[in-house]
Amino acid sequence: MQIDVKNLRLEYADTVALDGLTLSLPSGGIHGLLGRNGSGKTSLLSILAGFRKQTSGEVLVNGEPVFENARIVRDIALIRESGDTVEGSEKVSEALRYADYLRPNWDADYAGVLLEKFEISAKSKLDSLSRGKQSAVGVMLGLASRAPLTMFDETYLGMDAPSRYLFYDEILQEYMSHPGRTFLLSTHLIDEVSRIFNRVTIIDRGRTLINEDIGTLLARGAALTGPAERVRELTMARRVIGERALGGTKSVMVYDDLDDALRTRARASGVTLEPLDLQDLFVYLTGPTGDGR
Amino acid sequence: MFDDSRPIYRQIAEQIKQDIVSGTLHEEEQVMSTNQYASFYRINPATAQKAFQELVDEGVLYKKRGIGMFVSPGAQASLLAVRRDRFFDEVVVPMIDEARTIGMPIADVLARIRLYCGEDGG
Repeated sequence: MQIDVKNLRLEYADTVALDGLTLSLPSGGIHGLLGRNGSGKTSLLSILAGFRKQTSGEVLVNGEPVFENARIVRDIALIRESGDTVEGSEKVSEALRYADYLRPNWDADYAGVLLEKFEISAKSKLDSLSRGKQSAVGVMLGLASRAPLTMFDETYLGMDAPSRYLFYDEILQEYMSHPGRTFLLSTHLIDEVSRIFNRVTIIDRGRTLINEDIGTLLARGAALTGPAERVRELTMARRVIGERALGGTKSVMVYDDLDDALRTRARASGVTLEPLDLQDLFVYLTGPTGDGR
Repeated sequence: MFDDSRPIYRQIAEQIKQDIVSGTLHEEEQVMSTNQYASFYRINPATAQKAFQELVDEGVLYKKRGIGMFVSPGAQASLLAVRRDRFFDEVVVPMIDEARTIGMPIADVLARIRLYCGEDGG
């Protein structure tokens, strides 16, 4: 499902959670939503799911407003930290029954397969499960909903590494077998999941900082390292997002179009040019000295 | 599985080329699908697709509509030709530079090459 957000504003009593956020995401894909604590990720996802009404601005999913729009909301699943669709004292089987009632595309067989993979009994009461297993219930509910727009808001808390990798593998398989499905994942575990993303959105202080295809995003980030003066010359007219120095050696991190001419000049002046991974880029762009600050 | 200094799609493309050069992948043989690559390497299928597209553009692979990707006839020979072209610049010259840096006489290097290859140079 296509997402179009324009000038989105959300105010609480004394804080501004979203401050004129604008964002478009194409239908079909695994999209990453990154942002520091308090940047507005959860507020954005809650509004996209119709859980909350914005103060102002436009939120369209497949061209339709979301809030109090029952027809579109049943096709949108937001899984928060853990499966919080039913009371904690209820059994997993109750959560399954409720999902079956709520979700037009619910796949009970797939839900069963996932429960088995995550080693969860449908008879367990939700609040008797460990934190990680509760998250896995959330993952199962989101994936098996087959909702055209499925969003996971840090749905990995407490999950051990093998369970998280199972989660990533399942999302990838789901996307490949249903290429029209749109996944939006908010996460702080950038390194381990970045490779499955089509597109990455970074939000900071309630606004969109970056919204790019991941290939384009990664191609723009680089660290230039070498003699301080040479590095300074090469990066003078570039968008610099960070710097480090060790004696006469300097590393300058840039986020910019890196043309072949720059690469050739770097090589000629003894400066190495290395790509930055997504986590490094995120840290430099949103950190205390970051460009967005 | 990947190093961080180059884009993943390029590393996949190079791996496929390496398999063709070494004969692991034969000409006219079908390569794994985008989705199989994506599952195996746990990457987005668009990334695998980008690697394939690059190899199609270079003429290393070709597409049979509705079936998949295949190794082009002559791919091994042309990849070998490229590797031979680069051999002196990428392997021999850096070796000579390194020998000079550490004060190793070129005659010693040549003697060692002859010894390693056998006197006939094979």
